[in-house]
Amino acid sequence: MRYRQFTTFVPQINAMIRFFTSLLLVLFALTASPNLLKANEEHELSDSVSTKKFNTGDLIFNHIKDSYEWHIATVGHTHISIPLPVMVYSQHSGFHCFMSGKLHHGTESFDGFRIAAEGKYQRKLVEIMADGTEVRPWDFSITKNVTSLFISILLILIIFLSVAKRYRDNFARAPKGLQSWLEPVVIFICDDIAKPSIGKEKYQRYLPFLLTIFFFIFINNLMGLVPFFPGGANLTGDISVTLVLALFTFVITSFSGSRDYWVHLVNAPGIPLWLKLPLPLMPIVEIMGVFIKPFVLTIRLFANITAGHIVALGFYSLIFIFAEKSIIAGYGISVLSIAFTVFMGILELLVAFIQAYVFTLLSALYIGLALEKHEHHA
Amino acid sequence: MGLVMPEFGLFFWMLLSFSILLFLLKRFAWGPILKGLADREMSIEEALKSAENAKEEMLNLQAGNEKILKKAIFERETIVKEARELKESIIRDARNEATIEANKVMDHARASIERERIAAISEIKSLIANFSVEIAERILQEKLADESKQKELIQNYIDQINLN
Repeated sequence: MRYRQFTTFVPQINAMIRFFTSLLLVLFALTASPNLLKANEEHELSDSVSTKKFNTGDLIFNHIKDSYEWHIATVGHTHISIPLPVMVYSQHSGFHCFMSGKLHHGTESFDGFRIAAEGKYQRKLVEIMADGTEVRPWDFSITKNVTSLFISILLILIIFLSVAKRYRDNFARAPKGLQSWLEPVVIFICDDIAKPSIGKEKYQRYLPFLLTIFFFIFINNLMGLVPFFPGGANLTGDISVTLVLALFTFVITSFSGSRDYWVHLVNAPGIPLWLKLPLPLMPIVEIMGVFIKPFVLTIRLFANITAGHIVALGFYSLIFIFAEKSIIAGYGISVLSIAFTVFMGILELLVAFIQAYVFTLLSALYIGLALEKHEHHA
Repeated sequence: MGLVMPEFGLFFWMLLSFSILLFLLKRFAWGPILKGLADREMSIEEALKSAENAKEEMLNLQAGNEKILKKAIFERETIVKEARELKESIIRDARNEATIEANKVMDHARASIERERIAAISEIKSLIANFSVEIAERILQEKLADESKQKELIQNYIDQINLN
């Protein structure tokens, strides 16, 4: 029960952290180093000159949403991007596989497929039917986020297999290099997240899962903050990804649920009878809770990371919005804008850790609650 | 609206690759890492405990040594004391024995001297008696020619014997 109180407390901690960091943000804006900013200003200017009509919404959504190619830079009117494989299964024309370069950045159609410019399927691949309507096929494309997913998984495997090798060779050796960075975090997750949440007897069974989600989320959050190629995809800010992570927690929670857990869902003891009969109010609330937990996990991670990206890009876009009115205003605002963006970056470093921590902690708590036995109840 | 709708493709790839990641890490990374950490924790704990034990043992040993040393010193003192006593008693005994022996020898000597003296005296006495008899014989042979003289002499002898 102690933990349930703590879970309700987590959003408040988040809100507090956000408040204090925004205060710091303003302070930093007033004292930012002018040299650092000057170097950035010139760079931004050359970008803004090439942009004809600036659309903030497009810029932000192009970044935070998935795409079929990995855009690196735009020089003049030439887009430099890495084409990625498109794989679709259409109910009408079967299986198709081609590189996204054939679509010419979404300006042309290929093989009866194109990227919808607007409407319900905006930015997604659609099949053009004979009557001109757009139909969404089964889309297995290796998109920007899928590529980023693969890269991050490769990175995680390289990191942890090399670290594991050191332990396998000689566990008694003092930690060194990467190992000494990771070891405190691993011990933190074991001793401060898993052990108190799940309990001493059974926590070891769930450690591999908790460690994996923590480092998966943390490393992908960090990769999302790197603005160029291997990073920059908004993977943990994609609801499909967070949904899968939450589903894992949900499945593990459900499968490890004790008898008490299921009985309490339907017939919680210590609650007045009129809340259960004739209208089963409490059972409805409890059963809803089972599904709300993973839903909340999905939304929290998705919203936090996406919001971070949107805010950082929003500040950045201010330069171009003002520069469209007058070039001097663009210069002027860039000082503030860069300061904000830099600080959003630093704040997001913090958020990257906090969100990984919160997701892992809540998963551990949900598992712990499902395992709990209530012998003391009458 | 597209932002909050899960995408099938990404969902599929994520489900697949995350499952593989989970499996690989569980099998090849978390196993050795967690085992290594637990082993190290245990070995450190054991090392500390054995160090503590060694320290205690050392203290015990030291205390034991001191006790043994004290006992040894005490024993040495007793031995020395005993030896001294023994020496003294030996000397005393020897002296006593020597005295007794000497006394005995002296007594013996004294007794034998006494015995010799008595024997010598008795021998001298018998010799004197013999000489006396011989002399008397000679004198008698010479002087018995005269009867008055004989009587006088006998009277003399008798007087002398009375004196004796």
